[in-house]
Amino acid sequence: MSEHDQERERDAHSGTATTGHEWDGIKELDTPLPRWWLWVFYASIAWSVVYMIFMPAWPALPGLAGETDHTRGLRDHSERANVAQAIEELHASRASGFAALEGASIDQIENDPQLLGFVRAAGEAAFGDNCATCHGSGAQGAIGYPNLNDDVWLWGGTYEDIRTTLRYGIRSEHPDTRFSQMPSFGRDELLTGSEIADVADYVLSMSGRAGDVSAEALARGQETYDIQCASCHMPDGTGDRMQGAPNLTDQDWLYGSSREQVINIIHRGPYGVMPAWEGRLNEATIDALAAYVYLLGGGEEAEGAANGPTGR
Amino acid sequence: MSDKNTRAMAAPGIRKSKAEAVNAADTRELYKKREPIYPKLAHGKFRTVKWVVMAVTLGIYYLVPFLRWDRGPDAPDQAVLVDFAGRRFYFFFIEIWPQEVYYITGLLILAALALFLATALFGRVWCGYACPQTVWTDLFIWVERAFEGDRNARIKLDRSPMSFDKAWRKIGKHTVWLVIALATGGAWILYFHDAYDVIGNFFTGQAEPSSYLFAGILTFTTYTLAGTMREQVCTYMCPWPRIQAAMTDRDALNVTYRVDRGEPRGPHKKNESWDGRGDCIDCKQCVAVCPMGIDIRDGAQLECIQCALCIDACDDIMRKVDRPTGLITYETDDNVDRFQRGEKAVYKFIRPRTVVYGVAFAIVAAIMLAALLNRSELELNSQRDRNPNFVILSDGAVRNGYNLKVVNKANEPRTLTLSIEGDPQIETRLLGAADDAPMQLRVDADRTQDFVIYLTLPASAIDGARETFNFRVTDTRTGETATTPSMIVTGAE
Repeated sequence: MSEHDQERERDAHSGTATTGHEWDGIKELDTPLPRWWLWVFYASIAWSVVYMIFMPAWPALPGLAGETDHTRGLRDHSERANVAQAIEELHASRASGFAALEGASIDQIENDPQLLGFVRAAGEAAFGDNCATCHGSGAQGAIGYPNLNDDVWLWGGTYEDIRTTLRYGIRSEHPDTRFSQMPSFGRDELLTGSEIADVADYVLSMSGRAGDVSAEALARGQETYDIQCASCHMPDGTGDRMQGAPNLTDQDWLYGSSREQVINIIHRGPYGVMPAWEGRLNEATIDALAAYVYLLGGGEEAEGAANGPTGR
Repeated sequence: MSDKNTRAMAAPGIRKSKAEAVNAADTRELYKKREPIYPKLAHGKFRTVKWVVMAVTLGIYYLVPFLRWDRGPDAPDQAVLVDFAGRRFYFFFIEIWPQEVYYITGLLILAALALFLATALFGRVWCGYACPQTVWTDLFIWVERAFEGDRNARIKLDRSPMSFDKAWRKIGKHTVWLVIALATGGAWILYFHDAYDVIGNFFTGQAEPSSYLFAGILTFTTYTLAGTMREQVCTYMCPWPRIQAAMTDRDALNVTYRVDRGEPRGPHKKNESWDGRGDCIDCKQCVAVCPMGIDIRDGAQLECIQCALCIDACDDIMRKVDRPTGLITYETDDNVDRFQRGEKAVYKFIRPRTVVYGVAFAIVAAIMLAALLNRSELELNSQRDRNPNFVILSDGAVRNGYNLKVVNKANEPRTLTLSIEGDPQIETRLLGAADDAPMQLRVDADRTQDFVIYLTLPASAIDGARETFNFRVTDTRTGETATTPSMIVTGAE
């Protein structure tokens, strides 16, 4: 207690000294800080000194801290370097999975639980980054963009077929791209409007979708079909994968199954494009993507291979 | 309180102690530096009980990590182990997975109810005997006494100027404290890794950083809480003294000064009659032995941890002055009132409060036991793909994808047969299944494994927007089985 303290007025109720000032009749108590609070405060100051010694803390004069513009601290800590190292470790952790994938057949992939898990994870990530924009996040597709979950494949559904499609694309700028073109029968005036309507009716009838159509119209449609369409889509309408010509007899309709949609597509002729991924993605990623798409449920066994494991 | 009487004799041959209740609420000041308390060593049955409890609790804490329990070759053999890396908690025959943390919750509820019940019956027995703060403080005071002597010697030593004698006693005390603190922190980390491994790794610098961190934290807290803060932890930091006021009542046995017997208190002169006066000779031995720095004669107070050392001290004095012991004793508030009215003691151990705590304890214990006994070592969960919700195939059939999670809590791998309980027309394709066993799953020991299965419903079988069925897995060897409901969404209207 200093002399000064004794001069100051004490509050009768709490016994604590006042600050000695008075504002409009109000006096403030000079309550000291709790000791624990003070110690925490001092400890924080001490800690800040330790921190500045060990961690980057101060802007440095040019030339004093090497290439950086700040003091390095004894730990030479750098969050930027940590990120780079973390990314490197991530790549390293994936390397073994991609290495196992290289050259593996789809049967080998499917029968190795670890590789299967890796492919599904890596493929899903790559799919989300590169493919989902068109094919949808669940690979469910959209009008004009094939659903990759089902068993319908325009250009083939084996692991090798899918890899080829991924690598070179469809109607892409790659020299080895898969390519075919259906004429724009209406726009280029190869067929008249009524001929197109008849063909549409006939095509819909192949999968049992024809509406109330006369037998004459169907006969007219078949006549036109046999001349104009059968070369690619085959006389029975089952299509030709060599040319990417869809099967017209199944329940899957890439551009829609209504009469208007079918007429529209015969009129303008579809020209779906998928980019070539060779050069944009590395081989390992393409493999992972192909396996992922294959394993979505619609993958087809390669010709001559044993039947896949199935409970059918 | 420093009048001349403090030096007086309390009774022939019994000096009155100068001890003051420095931590009593009336005495202490909020912004004053802590006044040291020099608890005197008590002798008696409660002191003995406390030594035994200390030995047992410390023994459990330090030795349990070294107990072994055989769980087979793939699991750790430490009896009690919190395995954060492997995400398992082992307690003898019990193994708990992270999603079963409700067992821990149940255990904590049981502990709380047991604490409530004990408090309702016997006051703060937890605080007085078993609380780690009490046990370690007691141990640290024992060390302090070994180096610096009992109460008066310690006071004298602290007041004396620095000397070689003072220095080595102080250094010795703090060194032993630090060793105990380090052993406390060191034992803590033994519960989180294999005890034998971590001891070796710890001293060669090979242990994990978290081990050093927690050993360091526990060393620091043990040293400060038991060495330098002591009663302040109970008085200021611990919430229990506030809560326990709601847990005890006038029928709870508390460490109590028998006002009816003791007052009026005062020094007793030789050959003076005990008639018309209390048995308390105001020797203040109860204050001298108190580790909390209070005077039990002020009545029940938040600061009192009910360690019962004042009972030992007072009984000792009562025997010397040839009065009945038990002036300070475990007694209920109501009984003290009854004594004052000249009535006999009535003990009501069965009261609504204790019955409720007891019944609640029994119910929770029964639920826990049932849950533990019925704990399944095989679980099956399924998640149907929502994106896409369903897939229409070229022939009009509809296909759904499912992610199956099989949890195998057994310590050996399992071979399971998967079956679909529902429409027999459902076709299956299990990814990764062997050709000759299309519905067989292999799950490693003590693991959760994911499987992908596609189910296809032929177009002819589609009837309605959805069709329900069950997945079932059956252990081919033990016959254990687990099932989970699911459905096929057809997309039909």
